[in-house]
Amino acid sequence: MSMLRIATLGAMVAAASLQGQTVVQGAGATFPYPLYSKWMSEYQKVQPSVNVNYQSIGSGGGIKQILEGTVDFGATDAPMTAQERAKAKSPIFHLPVTLGSVVVSYNVPGVSASLKLTPEVLSGIFMGQITKWNDARLTGINPGVSLPATPITVAYRSDGSGTTAVFTEYLAKVSVDWKSKVGVGKSVKFPVGLGGKGNEGVTGLVKTTPGAIGYLELAYAKQNKLPVASIRNKAGKFITPSPEATTSAATGNEIPADLCMSITDSNGAKDYPIASYSYILVYENAKDPVKGKAVADYLWWAIHDGQKFAAALDYAPLPKDVLPKVEAKLKSLKANGQILITRK
Amino acid sequence: MTLKQDTNSPSVGAPESWVSRLWRSLQSLRSSLSLRKGSVVNPADRAFLWVTGILAGMVILVLGAITLQMIRTSMLSIRQFGWHFLVSKDWDPVLDAYGALPYIYGTVVSSLLALALAVPIALGIAIYLAELAPNWVRRPLGFLVELLAAIPSVIYGLWGIFVLAPWLRETVQPFLAKTLGFLPFFQGTPRGLGLMAGVLILAIMILPTIASVSRDVLEAVPSTLREGALALGATRWEMVRKAVLPSASSGILGAVILGLGRALGETMAVTMVIGNRAEISLSLFDPSYSLASVIANEYAEASGDLYLAALTELGLILFGVTVVLNIVARLLIWRVGKVPAGAGRA
Repeated sequence: MSMLRIATLGAMVAAASLQGQTVVQGAGATFPYPLYSKWMSEYQKVQPSVNVNYQSIGSGGGIKQILEGTVDFGATDAPMTAQERAKAKSPIFHLPVTLGSVVVSYNVPGVSASLKLTPEVLSGIFMGQITKWNDARLTGINPGVSLPATPITVAYRSDGSGTTAVFTEYLAKVSVDWKSKVGVGKSVKFPVGLGGKGNEGVTGLVKTTPGAIGYLELAYAKQNKLPVASIRNKAGKFITPSPEATTSAATGNEIPADLCMSITDSNGAKDYPIASYSYILVYENAKDPVKGKAVADYLWWAIHDGQKFAAALDYAPLPKDVLPKVEAKLKSLKANGQILITRK
Repeated sequence: MTLKQDTNSPSVGAPESWVSRLWRSLQSLRSSLSLRKGSVVNPADRAFLWVTGILAGMVILVLGAITLQMIRTSMLSIRQFGWHFLVSKDWDPVLDAYGALPYIYGTVVSSLLALALAVPIALGIAIYLAELAPNWVRRPLGFLVELLAAIPSVIYGLWGIFVLAPWLRETVQPFLAKTLGFLPFFQGTPRGLGLMAGVLILAIMILPTIASVSRDVLEAVPSTLREGALALGATRWEMVRKAVLPSASSGILGAVILGLGRALGETMAVTMVIGNRAEISLSLFDPSYSLASVIANEYAEASGDLYLAALTELGLILFGVTVVLNIVARLLIWRVGKVPAGAGRA
């Protein structure tokens, strides 16, 4: 039976390659785009007959397009909501493929040392309760750093973004105040501060405004050589953000059946607390067997060989305990009731 | 054969007959066009009338289709919030509570203030270029003004973030706070980015549009008006104010409305400097937000039907604000123009 399947699939793939290239269309999250873009060009070298095309139109757009069936795969930072899942005509899988962290950057005149922040102080600043850099709560956890009396200017993302979703999810976990007064989402009503459009907008705000503090993706802070704060995790250690600390945060958690999991404020001693998975969205049953097979193969490559490109771009590779679960999901992808990936 | 005849005929006779023939055909075309619709006889003219009529009608059709579609898409939000949407200050996607007032305020205030700053300067530029400047200045300066209009808005935005905002924060705003700080418009922390930066960016962006269109309008004023005014003993200033400006006023209004349209709809540059905060504050130092910016910022990642409907309704409101401000501007000029025109216009 399985021989027959392989034979039919082989025939399909052969037919596709006879027709020329298989073009696979994806759309969604902007946050993992640099990595996806690298994957596309690398995969082209491995599998020249498959052309993967990805448009970074935002997670919301990715979810809309996969629901409408206009793309072969979608991508999102925050898992689909129950309301969105209810709109799907057939089951959609969330496949975690990479990890990213959100860092806190600042511009404090005269301070070059890396600042330390506790969850309480961070939420206090973003709630507008701590308004000056020389506040006792800040100087208390940063002994030896002389902080000026500059007023704090909070910088947030004005556009809806997965980065905001991760950051607010973390703040809601560590602060009851934040949870009840602001909440979690891609766009929230920030109590104080100025909004910048995109990572580059927040980068611009932080760079040009003395006294500014904002949240960014790790890669942006590194490229722009902005200082990043180390954050105290649940175990009480101050952790500087890095791909390793992010993978560590994702390791050793309970893994739910749909693979959608929050890794903010995790338990490990080496965990950086503000991090998240980025997901690829695919239908369990592909409409087009040729494209379905191409997507499944591409994703299989991405979670194995593709992982080595992550760290250089400041994304974190998938942890070892999560990988088998993603493999199992990929192996259950079907087209016309037939399994697409049959390898061991 | 004919060619030969032409060259043989007297050199003055040929062009004269050409010109007069052309003139006659133009005259007949003119008279047939100026007939009332019902009496158009020429089938080609009738076709021309219909083709151009349909083209003009398409504008109305497209406008109507856009409005209908926007109303349909925002129905959910219109039903949920009703008129309250226009006066509510709350915009909270987490709680699915939406109100447009801070965005309406930010859009209207930033555009009108920008207009108030830009119109006098633009008119000055236009008058100088059209009436006063020597020829060798007129061309290059006019070209530079038009070049300013061609700069993409993202460039203005970047300049706003990296040059204008720091200058406002370090120099202008502390000075204003010190000298005029008793006014509610100049209070609060000087952050650079905010309503003031938005107003200034918009003023700079609409300046070239208003200036270059106004200059074209002024240049189209017949020179007999100028000569008449000067002959009556008017100074140059009186000539411009009493003879040229009144007869160009409707064209200048058109230029101002073009500028207003650009200010209302400007998205990228505004969102980069205005601070993007849905707040209503009298102070120009404080951040603000505009309708176009919030749509551009939040639409891509918006999920949830009510959220999307509310964002579309903001678009509908922007449309409404544009129409209302255009009507107000027309009424204003119409009323102002009526009083002194008696002497100047005739």
